[in-house]
Amino acid sequence: MDNWSWEIFWDAFPVVLEGLGITVGLTFACYLFALIFGFVWTFLRRIPFKPLNWIVTWVMEFIRSTPPLVQLFFIYFAWPMVPVVGMTLSPFASAVLGLGLHFSTYIGEVYRSGIEGVEKGQWEASRALNFSTSQKWLKVILPQAIPPTIPMLGNYLIIMFKEVPLASTIGVVGILHMANSYGAQYWAYLEPLTIVAILFLVLSYPSAILISKLEKRMNRRFNKNEALNSSKGATT
Amino acid sequence: MTEPIVTFQNIHKSFGDVEVLKGINLDIKPAEKVAIIGPSGSGKTTIIRLLMTLEKPTSGDIIVDGKNLWKMDKNGKLVDANEKHLRQVRGDIGMVFQHFNLFPHMTILENCMTAPIHVKSEDKKTAKQRSIEMLEKVGLGDKLDNYPSQLSGGQKQRVAMARALVMRPKVMLFDEVTSALDPELVGEVLEVIRDIAKEGEMAMILVTHEMDFALDVADKVLFLDEGVIAEQGTASEVIEHSKNERLQSFLKRFRA
Repeated sequence: MDNWSWEIFWDAFPVVLEGLGITVGLTFACYLFALIFGFVWTFLRRIPFKPLNWIVTWVMEFIRSTPPLVQLFFIYFAWPMVPVVGMTLSPFASAVLGLGLHFSTYIGEVYRSGIEGVEKGQWEASRALNFSTSQKWLKVILPQAIPPTIPMLGNYLIIMFKEVPLASTIGVVGILHMANSYGAQYWAYLEPLTIVAILFLVLSYPSAILISKLEKRMNRRFNKNEALNSSKGATT
Repeated sequence: MTEPIVTFQNIHKSFGDVEVLKGINLDIKPAEKVAIIGPSGSGKTTIIRLLMTLEKPTSGDIIVDGKNLWKMDKNGKLVDANEKHLRQVRGDIGMVFQHFNLFPHMTILENCMTAPIHVKSEDKKTAKQRSIEMLEKVGLGDKLDNYPSQLSGGQKQRVAMARALVMRPKVMLFDEVTSALDPELVGEVLEVIRDIAKEGEMAMILVTHEMDFALDVADKVLFLDEGVIAEQGTASEVIEHSKNERLQSFLKRFRA
């Protein structure tokens, strides 16, 4: 490896690392946005009004079927040119809005699967005990719907972390952006981009292991609840 | 003559194109124990699900303690009941399900005391006290801090009964409560229902396949067949002395 230089590697390392705060910060900001907006989708879809559900489903489908990169470009470059509602956002805010919105459609599906995973009998028991709508959700449905979704939500956090470098295309100064500038300045891309890869690996691999552990624990819990209904399976 | 606690007036119920109930008229007096028997698909479970507001009737009225369950008065007109009205009227009704439907994330004690605290605004101490007493009554005083997944089917069903009883309903519905149980666990559940029935004050509607049990507990038995009440009377009239052919062939399958 004639072209590899440890000298450049160690020189570039602190420079690239400077962008880590932005990359991680952007990941969490996007994630928070997606968690909240995912709830909004789920809520809108549960309102018993067919035309609204239809519109919401198609908007979600549209957002999901368009590349996040195109959405970022649209929000950052095109939106300011839209009459009346157009506005200029900072690169960071554009990235939060674009990636957050994109992932919120997936997060919304996760919430939905969690809610639909709660047995019909639980809704009926809530009714039989005369719970109000809010009591039903807070005491019965959500405590059962949320835990099984935690591993899936964790996975989306990691996936999102790996999508965040897209934001460097609109000038968010994360680790990829720092590595690129270093490369352009010294005409040395190999080392800084290797550093970027290593940083992503070091952060996402342990998180993935953590989440798979969590998933196993959740599965055990779920199986325990399955035993609860074993007699049901025998008769129906 | 006492006023009935529950009245069905010409109740029809369809699921899509299938008419499950074809004009049910029914009076249940306070403290009366009524067993509903009949082949599967005859609509027995639908009757009590309508009363618990889990299904909405296609037409007809259900009156609970003098109040129309599914309709309410709005500016002098009868309109479909909203959730608030349903909550007011169904507060008098309790239900035990075939598949227990206990809350798996709560302990046995929490299963029982959550509704009194949050729905009836009882203070926590009283609700806890009453829940413990009720669980002791169904023989589970030693399982208070266990989770449903740690109990047998029979124990779960007894918890479900305690959970419903703590709410002090005027009418209690039992939807084939022993059908999901292993045969050796049926007895302990029926025993508890017998005890409740003996205490008397509460009206009970039991959808059941346990004929001997119906004979023993029920004041009145209804035989439901293809969506109509084909036969009704005292337990002994219906189960032991009826001339109705469909009823006899239905009963024959239980005597084998």
